[in-house]
Amino acid sequence: MNRRWLLLLLPVGFLMVALFFYQRLQHDPSARDSALMAREFPAFEATTLRDANRHVDQTLLQGEVTLVNVWGEWCPACKQEMPQLLELADRGIRMVGVNYRDTREKGMSFLNEYGDPFAVNIFDPEGSLGFDLGVYGAPETFLIDDDGIIRYHHKGYISPDDVTERILPEVAKWR
Amino acid sequence: MAIIRTLAVAILLTLTLSAVAGGIEIREFDDPVLAQRYADLTASMRCPLCENQAIGDSDAPISADMRERVYLLLREGRADSEIVDHMVARFGDYILYNPRLERRTYLLWGLPIGLGVVGCLIVMLIVRARRNASAKALNADERARLDALLERRRSP
Repeated sequence: MNRRWLLLLLPVGFLMVALFFYQRLQHDPSARDSALMAREFPAFEATTLRDANRHVDQTLLQGEVTLVNVWGEWCPACKQEMPQLLELADRGIRMVGVNYRDTREKGMSFLNEYGDPFAVNIFDPEGSLGFDLGVYGAPETFLIDDDGIIRYHHKGYISPDDVTERILPEVAKWR
Repeated sequence: MAIIRTLAVAILLTLTLSAVAGGIEIREFDDPVLAQRYADLTASMRCPLCENQAIGDSDAPISADMRERVYLLLREGRADSEIVDHMVARFGDYILYNPRLERRTYLLWGLPIGLGVVGCLIVMLIVRARRNASAKALNADERARLDALLERRRSP
């Protein structure tokens, strides 16, 4: 009865666990799938950032594949991803902003300074739309298909690589 | 000495004050049951932004928003399960410290029980194998001799 080979299980098991943990180390622990994936964009009623008299609701996001970017003047990563968002708009993708927990004044000065890729900006000073979207830290970006269904969620900063490797393929998929 | 002591008191005071200012708001409830439910709910949900902190302990803005929502829903008279559903619908299962028992969590809940059962089986097999091995280790002659020896010792 020679069962010494059973001892091999120890290093093999150790390696498997180590590999698992190592792989998890590469992940951003705060990034995870949105709970709203494959669900309708939440109903809302708001005014736009530019015009306090213009009322918008969820129908704003129907009829065309749209990228919804949640941003705020107070958010440094939002400033860094603006060039990427401008590029996406240049490629003919419809962009809608959610100005999250901000003031009109600060939001407008942000757009004047960093550029405005957005067709419309939904003004969300209390963060109520952000809450219904499950936003827990700007920037976050959602891809909405032409039926108003959330199809993709990007948590955090969109790098130039993310544009070509993630965002554009997702947009192409749902167009 | 006096200067040092005054300084120490001043530092401690500043620290306490800043802790209070940056800390978590206190909510008043007329009904102690409601207060307890609020405490339990905010302790049972995990802040989506910070790592492993309950929304009741966290000073992240999103935790403050979530506490506010829990408070409002409690005031509206919603049940605990409704409030938890409300949050999970927005922030996902991640916020539950106690994951629900459903298809994708069967492995999570079942694994400890499964491993326990497998462990018991392995121990049983080992014990049985040892018992058989020790029984087989003696042939008929040896067994007879052993019996005789035991017999001799038992009746001196």
